[in-house]
Amino acid sequence: MKFAVKALSSGKARAGVVHLGSCPSSIETPCLLLSTRKGLPIFISPDLLSSLPSPDSNLLQFSPLHLEGASSTLVSSGREVSKRCVNIGQEARWGDTTPNFDSSEGPSPKTISSIGGLHQMVGLHEYGFAAVARDSIQCLPECGSTNKTGASFETPCGRRLIKPVEYMEMITSMKPNLWATLADEVPAWANNKRNKTSVDRTVKWLDECIARSPAGGAVFGSIVGGSNIEERKRCAQEVAVRNVSGYWIGGFGLGESMEERPSLLNAVTDNLPKDWPRMICGLGLPEEVLQGVAAGVDLFDSAYIYHLTIGGFALTFPLDRTEKIDYNYQLSDQGSDRTKINLRATVYRKDATPIVEDCCCYTCQNHTKAYINHLLNVHEMLAQILLEIHNTHHYLGFFRSIREAIKEGCFEQFQKKFVQSRREHLAADVVSV
Amino acid sequence: MALRFEVLGRFNRARAAQLTLPHFACQTPLFMPVGTQGTIKGLTTDQLEEIGCQIILGNTYHLALRPTSELIDELGGLHKFMNWPRALLTDSGGFQMVSCITNLYVAGIFYTQWHFAYIFQVSLLHLADITEKGVTFQSPVDGKPMLLTPEESIQIQNRIGADIIMALDDVVRTTITGPRIEEAMYRTLRWVDRCIAAHKRPHEQNLFGIVQGGLDPVLRDICVRGLVDRNLPGYAIGGLAGGEDKDSFWRVVAQCTAALPEDKPRYVMGVGYPLDIVVCSALGADMYDCVYPTRTARFGTALVPEGVLKLKHNAMVNDTRPIDPTCACMVCKNYTRAYIHCLVTKDAMGSQLLSYHNLYYMLQLSRNLHSSIVEGRFVCDFLQKMFPKGDVPEWVCNAMDVAGIDISSCCSS
Repeated sequence: MKFAVKALSSGKARAGVVHLGSCPSSIETPCLLLSTRKGLPIFISPDLLSSLPSPDSNLLQFSPLHLEGASSTLVSSGREVSKRCVNIGQEARWGDTTPNFDSSEGPSPKTISSIGGLHQMVGLHEYGFAAVARDSIQCLPECGSTNKTGASFETPCGRRLIKPVEYMEMITSMKPNLWATLADEVPAWANNKRNKTSVDRTVKWLDECIARSPAGGAVFGSIVGGSNIEERKRCAQEVAVRNVSGYWIGGFGLGESMEERPSLLNAVTDNLPKDWPRMICGLGLPEEVLQGVAAGVDLFDSAYIYHLTIGGFALTFPLDRTEKIDYNYQLSDQGSDRTKINLRATVYRKDATPIVEDCCCYTCQNHTKAYINHLLNVHEMLAQILLEIHNTHHYLGFFRSIREAIKEGCFEQFQKKFVQSRREHLAADVVSV
Repeated sequence: MALRFEVLGRFNRARAAQLTLPHFACQTPLFMPVGTQGTIKGLTTDQLEEIGCQIILGNTYHLALRPTSELIDELGGLHKFMNWPRALLTDSGGFQMVSCITNLYVAGIFYTQWHFAYIFQVSLLHLADITEKGVTFQSPVDGKPMLLTPEESIQIQNRIGADIIMALDDVVRTTITGPRIEEAMYRTLRWVDRCIAAHKRPHEQNLFGIVQGGLDPVLRDICVRGLVDRNLPGYAIGGLAGGEDKDSFWRVVAQCTAALPEDKPRYVMGVGYPLDIVVCSALGADMYDCVYPTRTARFGTALVPEGVLKLKHNAMVNDTRPIDPTCACMVCKNYTRAYIHCLVTKDAMGSQLLSYHNLYYMLQLSRNLHSSIVEGRFVCDFLQKMFPKGDVPEWVCNAMDVAGIDISSCCSS
């Protein structure tokens, strides 16, 4: 992996370029990592992925825990986790009398190795994968159960405790382009003692992970510290002297407020070398992403697209940076707040226009709001597929605007204007109701 | 009449033809995926074109409920509404009303497919009442009694705008005996006349009649002759694919295909399993529809030349082979059984990928049937792969015998 900063704006925001072995083109930063489940997007099938802008859309985030099965160590909780992994709600199988029980376990690390790693397994050879244990959608850190042996996560298959050894076994078999070391993330309200422990533990696990690091694949050292500025600084300084290729900033999106976040972010980034890339999890909303960019973060995951998609929402906020703030904006329909529209709203039943008029995503080029409204009403999966495509496309456009603003040296104004215009629209909506 | 049907090749009774419809020129034999509510579950229209889908079936009952045929009409018809440039076929809505109502409540919308409706049909018939006027049933929305007449069915289908529309028929289960079957058959003929009279777009939409008559060859014969007299653009063989034994099933198909005109398409409704399609094609049928490929995909079952592959099985956890090494679809070219195993029934993606493969399989089977007949042979290797030990079921042997196709190389002894 190669990374270089190309431009700076407003001091810390940087535009850069990252090059990964498997991707034919370099990817510009700040950039968005697309969320995946078991290596593939949640709804967008691999042949439709190529309809998204490239190379922006070529970086995928992945949690090794998604591919876990009953074969790994389990936290004993009296439940048979393998049974929980079996689909609930399946109907009777016809003529199935075999004694094998059905399961949905992931292939073993050995099998994944024999297939050739993650890229081979999911058929996305020209994409870049970033492996992080935490996935803001499905694998949420459960700090209460984390202990000195491993990090605990709440997953669809129950609570999982994962040790550095196991984690590294998965990383070695999967061969992601870059991966974050195992971290002990605590929420913003954790007490000082717990927070301090999390920093010590995270650094210890970092060393354990690096010791088992496979050849190839860039190691991103994990930095935690909760909502304590001193601990954040301490952790960053510790990790900064380790032999890593980048930094993964954890523990955000776990309860800290918008107001306290910038200083916590700066406490980390101020203590990291400028030449290495910084990745973060948990900053999903546009305003949160902007905070991350302002602090000098380069790579972002986002659960925002997923939540929008399953809620039936489509992003519509203007990407055109020259748009003037429309003070005469009227709340003209029930389904919109100028950021997104709720396609379940009856007002779209007969709307034969695309979600966004000049959007060139597959969804807007081929389908209407009326059709998606219908699909949502009849609970058809195609609705989510089309929405994930559009929302991803749109959000990638947002990141492109960020990069342009940085390169033009006006990121600070861009951030201010963006936040302000959204606040004004919301205020206008409140007044007009 | 708004179609052209040209036979391009024959193998005894089997025919390969070009069926030119207003929106697309199709090659038969062909399989039509069922896109119940204006979409094939989890696949985009691009993907459907990519795998070679020619006609999609839309369910009139579901579409009339949501988003309503009036809305579809207002937005320019179903083709425009779902952005499907190729052909569409709508059923009459009658069958679903009889069998589908409970499904909407009980099984959840994802699984609303009439193929498995027979499980519920016994308890459901009291919800539907069939009289000369039409089918009276309870609206699933508000419980009010509703009536679907032949005229209403055609009007709804006219608004939806499919290339092929189906006459409302009085369909009874083949497991029923007695005078009800005869009543249903004659009523079907009377309703066809009402459908023809109500059809406002005969130059854009082809009205197919449906042959009924249960398992009674005499009744079937009367029905066929009655429909042929009406000179419709095409004919369907209905009332099958639901519980009758295979031996009776193929005999009805054989009888009907022998009696229906040579120069018009023949559609066996609700069929089905790949083996059934092969046999019916041998006997001279051209068109098929079934929810089976997509539905079974959602349960984790893949269609393969040997039969089925249950991807949920524990045995698949570390199986690094593709689902079907002979399949050229995107799924088989890129994914292992092990990976699909961890997706199926748990993640939307698993359902999508398996549906993609299963539909590709069915459409490839259609293409193979067409090209093999054009080349003067029939897909005999199909039986060899499915029954490698030579244990071809007796009903298949009997049917192929009548079709004049020699399958001795596939059978043991």
